[in-house]
Amino acid sequence: MRRITRDQRPRVSLTLNGRKLAAAAEPRTLLSDFLRQSLGATGTHVGCEHGICGACTVLIDGVAVRSCLTLAVQAEGRAVTTVEALAAPGGALNPLQQAFQNHHALQCGFCTPGILMSFTDFLARNPHPTEPEIRDVLSGHLCRCTGYTGIVNAVKEVAGGGA
Amino acid sequence: MKPRPFDYARPDTVDEAVELLAEHGDDARILAGGQSLLPMLNLRLIEAGLLIDISRVAALDAIIDLGDTIEIGAAVTQNELMAWPQLAQKLPLLAAALPFVGHFQTRNKGTVCGSVAHADPSSEIPLALAVCGGAVVLRSKRGSRVLAAEAFQQDMLTTARAPDELIAAVRFPVIEGKGTAFNEVARRHGDFAIIAVAAIADRRGAVQLGVGGMVGRPAVRSLTADGAAAAISAWAEELEGFDDAHASPAMRRDILRKLGPRVIAEAIRCAA
Repeated sequence: MRRITRDQRPRVSLTLNGRKLAAAAEPRTLLSDFLRQSLGATGTHVGCEHGICGACTVLIDGVAVRSCLTLAVQAEGRAVTTVEALAAPGGALNPLQQAFQNHHALQCGFCTPGILMSFTDFLARNPHPTEPEIRDVLSGHLCRCTGYTGIVNAVKEVAGGGA
Repeated sequence: MKPRPFDYARPDTVDEAVELLAEHGDDARILAGGQSLLPMLNLRLIEAGLLIDISRVAALDAIIDLGDTIEIGAAVTQNELMAWPQLAQKLPLLAAALPFVGHFQTRNKGTVCGSVAHADPSSEIPLALAVCGGAVVLRSKRGSRVLAAEAFQQDMLTTARAPDELIAAVRFPVIEGKGTAFNEVARRHGDFAIIAVAAIADRRGAVQLGVGGMVGRPAVRSLTADGAAAAISAWAEELEGFDDAHASPAMRRDILRKLGPRVIAEAIRCAA
């Protein structure tokens, strides 16, 4: 049994985008803060910190979750994937990112990392979703630039016109 | 915001978990998916001395077919249940209700038992459990007991769980040869419902109707399809409906009057 008291800061290790990393964390440290402040992965954005806005969405073992509603210690030993993993090492965008650019699916870009991670999980499970299915997944994100139509069109492009 | 400091324990077995609960009682909170607990901790609406993380207790991560009942363990997420191949056939009411629970991203982590434990008066899973006549399996160092949904959820965010008890599973009766339907009105898809309605109907028009969002816990009533509209209208007056920022009691009654007959009609169609 793993036990940590509130005044301890043990090393918490996890695999981030294929690299095994570790840093100190309190029990109450949120995964979102651990990624950004301790591991330096600032691609994941933090908006509301109570699970509504979706900006902080990352993959844990391939499954899209809110990193602000996950403790860093809960991700211990797990594989975490963030937006930094999507583009090729040289910087070439992956098909989903490229589609976002093609369809002007981002304006300020604050919500984009979370949305990309949600659809990375969703399209892996359901490669040819209908438009209502795309909109249902997108309902778990807030875009204050009101870019939803462009986002839906971008996902439809990647989904091979399945919608 | 960030939560206040707390201790953390991640037991590997149910025995370890209930041992911790026996020791810490009210000061401890069970963490499974955290999709209700962590927002409340982050907003500092609640605090906890110890979080007992049961998400890696293998024995709790199971959907077990007991024949006439399906038992869903405390670590099973809402999306895992949605992906269970026999869901539509055996638990059609849950299959209809689960898409209304939060969002794809929160269902990936949020658990079925966690919704029942949280006991929000307008949340979908406790309503489905109440309408089906389901039950909650509680474990403690003292032993285990099974409570009917009716006896479990007592009021808003209030249940019959003792401080040393762990919700180990919930049990949903298999529904066969009946029609079911679920619908709700919410400000936005994925929000808690203002009013949620669930119905189970047989071919002769006997209906079990449940409503969430009127009073502090799911309300359930047996009625017949003939004259359902009048019965629902009278029931709405009886329940009154609570008042909050989202809707007045009059609006809640009005939604129930309109949504109730529609959900019953759909359940009857399914039964035919």
